[in-house]
Amino acid sequence: MNPLVAGLNRVGARQLDTERIKKDFPILNTKIRGKSLVYLDNAATTQKPIQVVNALSSYYLESNANVHRAIHDLGARATELYEGARERVAGFIGASKPSEIVFTRNATEAVNLVAYAWGRRNVGPGDEIITTPMEHHSNLVPWQQLAGATGARLRFIDLTPDGRLDMESFYRLLNERTRLVAVSQGSNVLGTINPVAEICRAAREAEAVVLVDGAQSVPHMPVNVASLGCDFLAISGHKMLGPTGIGVLYGRADLLEAMDPFLFGGDMISYVHLETAGWNEIPYKFEAGTPNIAGAIGLAAAIDYLEGLGMEQIESHERQLVKLAMHRLGELGYVEMHGPAGDRAGLISFNIKGIHPHDVATVLNEEGVAIRAGHHCAQPLMEWLNVPATNRASFYIYNDEEDVDRMVQAITRVKEFFRHVIV
Amino acid sequence: MSLSELYQEVMMDHYAHPRNCGTLENPDASWELHNPTCGDLIKVEVALEPGDKQSERVVKDIRFSGQGCSISQASASMMTQLVKGKRLSEAREVLERFLSMMKGEDGDFESLGDAQALQGVTRYPVRVKCATLAWHAFEKCTGRLAEGDE
Repeated sequence: MNPLVAGLNRVGARQLDTERIKKDFPILNTKIRGKSLVYLDNAATTQKPIQVVNALSSYYLESNANVHRAIHDLGARATELYEGARERVAGFIGASKPSEIVFTRNATEAVNLVAYAWGRRNVGPGDEIITTPMEHHSNLVPWQQLAGATGARLRFIDLTPDGRLDMESFYRLLNERTRLVAVSQGSNVLGTINPVAEICRAAREAEAVVLVDGAQSVPHMPVNVASLGCDFLAISGHKMLGPTGIGVLYGRADLLEAMDPFLFGGDMISYVHLETAGWNEIPYKFEAGTPNIAGAIGLAAAIDYLEGLGMEQIESHERQLVKLAMHRLGELGYVEMHGPAGDRAGLISFNIKGIHPHDVATVLNEEGVAIRAGHHCAQPLMEWLNVPATNRASFYIYNDEEDVDRMVQAITRVKEFFRHVIV
Repeated sequence: MSLSELYQEVMMDHYAHPRNCGTLENPDASWELHNPTCGDLIKVEVALEPGDKQSERVVKDIRFSGQGCSISQASASMMTQLVKGKRLSEAREVLERFLSMMKGEDGDFESLGDAQALQGVTRYPVRVKCATLAWHAFEKCTGRLAEGDE
């Protein structure tokens, strides 16, 4: 074992048994260009364990029916599974009741739901929305649109040179006109973990609402809405072993109650006349049409899997890997890494001087190593970093030290391959 | 298909020593294109010799600027080299032949010169957009210029 990792182990929590975990992910046996796959694009989407795939297939093969409307037993069974998934999510993030959990298509839809259903009613001319330059486009563009439609103003928290939020700048921005603070708990590019609990405390005093984008944090660390004190939390299912097409909006019950629906149609109504209609209770008034029943059930299976490993163990495992990877990449001497050096989420964005990230990722792919190259849906942050794009390696429960080795080796191959063109 | 087939020497040479890289003072047409998947940007500027019919005017000068990966930069360099000195109608033929090659169609691509080296990119579908970015920017320029003939 690498001495750096061994040193960490002494203080770390129980280790993840990656060898056993890998067996639950058959896709990891795939050969890419003749080499075994090293999957390091987990911040984009994670792989799915057999347990999640089985939950989907047994739902479709044994319990498939529409929810909330059938008299027959099968419908009752599907409803029970779907509502059971809602309870599972509520418990996982510490929501006080299942009705605070709205199933959406993805985290993006969760943010948009708030921007429309809460924003159009609660934000007006001269009001201010505070966000950050490190947001994913999904937690920025909906607020740009809301500001444009209502005459509100967007304010941005400054970043420190190493890519953390400058909290003094936040406190300067926060005022009686602030209606909303929209902030990611984990940056999908910098790996920064933002002090969300502190932001929520201050915002509450200023009577502003806080939406936390949990797409990059909920899959990787314990997140509890009660201890964070957030009003809304957006979650992505497919970034935490779940299927694609399922996301979650957590919303404080009193806020959800006061919001108008975002989509209209079946299942979200309590009555309909030819000219008028009334809305169902929360969360159903936000779930128009037949929902992604299988997706919710798959997400619940993913949560079972993650909790079986332990969220604290997952967090500590990823931190050790990222620490090792940063150490190894630092040793190479030609890799520029972005984001804070200390405590951070399990991903690293980096650039190799003179070599475009696309070229780096193509060479790595040839070695079977899948990383992301691009702007990561965070173009304003690319401007801040002053690069057109970055490479990003993001780790998860099945990654191990050997994966870090394979990535580092592949990067030395990039350097070798492009040695004639590097200025 | 190996990496050295993708990154052929001639391509690496265009990447390291791009031809016609820069800007023009008074272009007759220019177009900027983004590659939304990676944030890359290429601007192509074209200056024509005087002439009555737009499609018969000769590309007097052409430059590209912006940022991108080795494939997009090398491809831009090759494109400018190929169309410079050609009548617009001929340049369009070159453009169509190149795009046909990048679609993986059969054909004789010898007239594409150095740009033939990009044929290997078709084996890496996600990189085809990189290779065609500058060509599409040039296509927009010719479209803009052709409006003069209508």
